[in-house]
Amino acid sequence: MAAIPERLVAVHSESRTYTGIWSWLATVDHKRIGIMYILAGLFFMAFGGAEALIIRLQLWAPNSHVVSAETFNQLFTMHGVTMIFLVAMPILIGFINAIVPLQIGARDVAFPRMNALSLWLFVLGGLFLYSSFLFGSMPDAGWFNNAPLSELAFSKGLGVDFYDIGLQISGFGTLMTGINFLVTILNMRAPGMRLLRMPLFTWSALITMLLILFAFPPITVNLILQMFDRLFGANFFVVGNGGSALLWQNLFWIFGHPEVYIVILPAFGIISEIIPVFAKKVLFGYESMAMALSVIAFLSFMVWTHHMFADGLGPVVNSLFAITSMLIAVPTGIKIFNWLATLWGGKIHFTSAMLYALSFIPLFVIGGVSGIMLAMAPADLQYNDSYFVVAHFHYVLFGGTLMGALAALYYWFPKMWGRMLNEKLGKWNFWLVFIGFNVTFFPMHISGLLGMPRRISTYAPGNGWTIWNQISTIGAFILLAGMLILLYNLIQTFLHPADAPADPWDGRALEWSLTSPAPEYNFAQTPLVRGRDAYWLEKREGDGKLQPAEPAGPIHMPSPSLAPLGIALTIVLAGYGAVLHSTIIGGLFLLLTFVQIGRALLAEDHGFHVTPHVGGEAQ
Amino acid sequence: MRWTQRGFRVTLPLLALSAAALLSGCGLGKQSTLSPAGPVASAQLGMFWESLAIMTGIFIVVAAVFLYSIIRFRARPGDNELPKQVHGNTTLEIVWTIIPIILLVFLAIPTVHYSFAFQAPATAMKVDVVGHQYWWEFDYPGSKVTTANIVHIPVNTKINFVLTSADVIHSFWVPELGGKTDLIPGRVNHLLLEASKTGTFYGQCAQLCGPGHAYMKFEVVVQTPAAYQAWVSAMQHPTVSVTTSEQKAGMALFKQDCSTCHTVGGTSFNGKVGPNLTELMTRPTIAAGTLTNTPANLAKWLHNPPGVKPGALMPNLNLSQTQIQSLVAFLETLK
Ligand code: HEC
Ligand SMILES: [Cu+2]
Ligand SMILES: [Cu+2]
Repeated sequence: MAAIPERLVAVHSESRTYTGIWSWLATVDHKRIGIMYILAGLFFMAFGGAEALIIRLQLWAPNSHVVSAETFNQLFTMHGVTMIFLVAMPILIGFINAIVPLQIGARDVAFPRMNALSLWLFVLGGLFLYSSFLFGSMPDAGWFNNAPLSELAFSKGLGVDFYDIGLQISGFGTLMTGINFLVTILNMRAPGMRLLRMPLFTWSALITMLLILFAFPPITVNLILQMFDRLFGANFFVVGNGGSALLWQNLFWIFGHPEVYIVILPAFGIISEIIPVFAKKVLFGYESMAMALSVIAFLSFMVWTHHMFADGLGPVVNSLFAITSMLIAVPTGIKIFNWLATLWGGKIHFTSAMLYALSFIPLFVIGGVSGIMLAMAPADLQYNDSYFVVAHFHYVLFGGTLMGALAALYYWFPKMWGRMLNEKLGKWNFWLVFIGFNVTFFPMHISGLLGMPRRISTYAPGNGWTIWNQISTIGAFILLAGMLILLYNLIQTFLHPADAPADPWDGRALEWSLTSPAPEYNFAQTPLVRGRDAYWLEKREGDGKLQPAEPAGPIHMPSPSLAPLGIALTIVLAGYGAVLHSTIIGGLFLLLTFVQIGRALLAEDHGFHVTPHVGGEAQ
Repeated sequence: MRWTQRGFRVTLPLLALSAAALLSGCGLGKQSTLSPAGPVASAQLGMFWESLAIMTGIFIVVAAVFLYSIIRFRARPGDNELPKQVHGNTTLEIVWTIIPIILLVFLAIPTVHYSFAFQAPATAMKVDVVGHQYWWEFDYPGSKVTTANIVHIPVNTKINFVLTSADVIHSFWVPELGGKTDLIPGRVNHLLLEASKTGTFYGQCAQLCGPGHAYMKFEVVVQTPAAYQAWVSAMQHPTVSVTTSEQKAGMALFKQDCSTCHTVGGTSFNGKVGPNLTELMTRPTIAAGTLTNTPANLAKWLHNPPGVKPGALMPNLNLSQTQIQSLVAFLETLK
């Protein structure tokens, strides 16, 4: 059997082509969509980070007035909303986009145009949220936007309207991503890529998409109900008129807890990819890793009231949810021990990607064990809504998710951009972030235990909080230095020519069998998968090349299209109509949205074909 | 290997020492969960230490295996041979599933036990707490006493704080007496607390409730039963003796400008929007801990409440300096 050719040379196309920036705006290529997700995520991270730094400056000293209390509330609300919805999720979804189709031997996702629509809904939804700044007030009721504080009677600015509608818009995109990737992973695997042969990153993506599918509807319902309250005078959360304050919290956390797994499971997957590659050892306990992911996902829907232990739901509810919350420690522990066992007896190479992946283990364990402490409901009454909780979730979200995302960035950078990030800068970047992170967030455990509530815009001296806050603030600036080095590394890498080899790390999964960056059509011939770690297997037991599962022939490709961007744009403009109480603007742009969707559905578009030339000869 | 071991032997105690020094040097403050003054807070601190011990144990095991692995198994230059590939080990995997389950049982038992034990018994003394943006109302059912931002309770007595809210969600938290419970509009929550020594304990709202959230503090004064009874009867029989002309002018102004919102025991003023001002001068602070209660600060407050306290719902009444002086003179008689 002939090996798969490296590159196809001739491309001929019957559909419209776009060049320059338009080729990005109209792309339906999962790899380019992945790149844009990540760049947009990093862009929003700059905002979320700046907000965090202002918060830290305000809390440097007691009774300080760097910002007003009103501004402070907007800052931490937007910091939370940004980091969860506009940074953590998009960056991880970006890696899933860029890598998962390659890992399963697919040419694209199941619904490429819908994929582009998801991207644009997130990007424009995020900009929409931030545009609230121009309308005088950003969301200010915290990232979980508790009712009734977020109701019209108590939050009169337009900020919360932007929250309700902005998150609906971007959440709509996320839900479509969930469906898209479920179908992709279940239906588009190359021959031989059985479920239990999938790389763990793909496994984590599969489970994450299931979580999205079930977790996003409850928050969407919440947002719609509150939109009705605020725009049309309904009373779902207006207590005096028969509404319920707890309804919001229940629906929010039924989403909110799975959400934290939506942003941590892909990081688990990333760590499970990187550790075997740089320890030169097969992942220990593959089946139990996949199993643990599934069990965590299942349990994550049964723990939501641990965010509500102080709501007085009673001893039975609190006990039950405390126990289910503790149970999550078991599958999570299995994952940690499997990673340790993978390291044990390996030959560890300390690349920047590996440093980030390794740091994930102790940091996530710290966040995990403080999580178990929080699960003890009667003790949690002391930690709840204090800085102890702030420390806990930054250890899992920053120490876990963000360290995982940075590991992925260094690891997959060559595959996505065809260039290698500078390793020396990478190490500076890592150590500053690692030290800065711990200096910032570890002291928050202590300020929390000393009784400092979260979300207070200032504090009086005399509680022993000042010193810990000052250490945190210093840490935040060390973190800033680390992130600026990352920025510098990115810029100077982009200025280099794209010369990364196909397989710089001696990788194990299919993406490393392709050129860096991968060609538009991914695989010239769909590969035949003969086992787990499919590419590694061919390198060790075959001739280093994948076997094709189909004869070489023209490859069908989806046409680029500006429709997804156009649809997302009109949806966002309709959103402005809603926020501004303008039936005309809202109705007009909703109508335009449906017209565009109709046109896109009815238009005849057969895509185009790429014809492979093998060995310079047309077939 | 050796340098890390030595490194740890030196750094770990150093870290512990410096943390201890910082804690003792700056003190635990007056709102610390680490200095309990009652059985509920003590039980919670006990759970904290128990779980912290188990969790530190787990962390040390993981960190030790982790550090050993990354030092012992680092790639040596020139050694390109593949290490032995190990796919799994069922015994090991069962062991590290079972051990955490056993440890969790040790945490689950006190969790369930105290979830039930912290329920207020029917015999407990009741104090009604109403959360307002951004101050606390305390009502003593049966004795017709109402205060704001300061609550007196007898020592060694189980108190059932009955929690509701007039507007948004707040959270009642006195760390030295025990954990917090939210005040949720449309709901009645109960929080059992008990103080085992007399003195003043400090509380603060723990649930974001708007721009004034950081300024929503209160004090719990724990007294001997006799002193507590004396306080109750003083509150039940307030006497307002307005004598000077300035005080009289102040009282008239109060009637006109303030009585729609404020109640003053011993007078006919019975507004319910703002804090009850009966015996105002016995409160150590005003505006829920924002200012110490001095005549100068009262004047500052009356001059522009939202300027003193972000989000305060007492409006700026644009009072003149003389009006303010006479109002303060009147308020000073409330003791
Ligand atoms: C519209 C209602 C309203 C009016 C009118 C009003 N107040 Fe107030 N007052 C409040 C509210 C609400 C607070 C609580 C503010 C806070 O702490 O957030 C308050 C607080 C106070 C306090 C502090 C009480 C404490 O123990 O913390 C004093 C003293 C006071 N008001 C005096 C006055 C005087 C004197 C006037 C008349 C000149 C007046 N108020 C008029 C609503 C009002
Ligand atoms: Cu949770
Ligand atoms: Cu509050």
